[in-house]
Amino acid sequence: MALTLDVVDVVATRTAGRRVSCVRLDVGELTGVVPEALRFCFDLATQGTGLDGARLDIRVVPGRITCRDCGATTACADRILLCGCGSADVAVVHGEELLVASVEVVKEEACA
Amino acid sequence: MCLTCGCGDEDGVRVRAVDEHEHHHHDHTPEHGHPHGHGQTETLELGTRVLLKNDRLAEATRTRLRARGIDVVNLMSSPGSGKTSLLERTISETGGRREICVIEGDQETMADAERIARAGARAVQVNTGAGCHLDAGMVDRAVARLAPPDGSLLFVENVGNLVCPALFDLGESAKVVVISVTEGDDKPLKYPHMFAVADLVVVNKTDLLPYVDFDVDVLGKAARSLNPHVQVMPLSVRNGSNLDHWYAWLGDLAATTAGRDPA
Repeated sequence: MALTLDVVDVVATRTAGRRVSCVRLDVGELTGVVPEALRFCFDLATQGTGLDGARLDIRVVPGRITCRDCGATTACADRILLCGCGSADVAVVHGEELLVASVEVVKEEACA
Repeated sequence: MCLTCGCGDEDGVRVRAVDEHEHHHHDHTPEHGHPHGHGQTETLELGTRVLLKNDRLAEATRTRLRARGIDVVNLMSSPGSGKTSLLERTISETGGRREICVIEGDQETMADAERIARAGARAVQVNTGAGCHLDAGMVDRAVARLAPPDGSLLFVENVGNLVCPALFDLGESAKVVVISVTEGDDKPLKYPHMFAVADLVVVNKTDLLPYVDFDVDVLGKAARSLNPHVQVMPLSVRNGSNLDHWYAWLGDLAATTAGRDPA
């Protein structure tokens, strides 16, 4: 819920009171954030705000890691970051994103 | 993370010093909800990180406190692992060397702040109400109330929870996860995010090892599978075993953070 409230706060600040029809989030697979839970909280968190009734689009960003030992870049779906070569010394390339990527705002009748 | 537990509304957060009346905090986003017609839409690219506000505030806290020589340790664990007991003993045994201050996070009661005050350190209590974690805003307000002296060691005892606190930067110099041997050595794999962000894992209540099926090596291996460089430190607050390692780690922390370039 705290995350969803932060999303609403970010969008409300950046859209300056304009009516928002859609919010697009990028959620990394390795963040532990559950898209279903975000959706559940979104309707509650947006009530009475400029985001009320907006659609929530969530793009799950697949986890990708690069191994510091063998140099391979591979997919990784969970938090136990292991390269196929057996090394745990890896860097996360993708999957830790938690972004408000973009929003759709209604063009007409925007208020300042 | 803390999406399903209903937390996050700061309406109920209270920051109190021991012997202080309650102060309710009200900090709401501005009112919206003007009726509008529906017309064409345009897309605004934002690319804004969620929790950016939290992380910026945490970074400001970190920079400000580091400049004053204050080290901040964020203590996280499940309820009952012995965080407060570890702090009580640390205060009584090392408080004379370096002043210790504590921010206590719990959903309710002043109990832990009072325990810390009795042990001889300055403490403020943050009661999160329904909230399951501390955030940078709560810590910022608690620091203002606590006013830790220059060069002191500031512990933030997070709300007992192995899930949500992992996500929130509080402006700490180090994150320490405390786990007790009665909880089971499988916890890193069950709560990977918490162990993935830890700088140190303290394994408490080792005096109970003969009575429980807990293998410190299994715990260590699991923690390192998530966090290859994490240090695992078995100790017992009750019988004092290996507490010298903990005090040495705290001593090293000051040297390490002094060498870091504030971001």
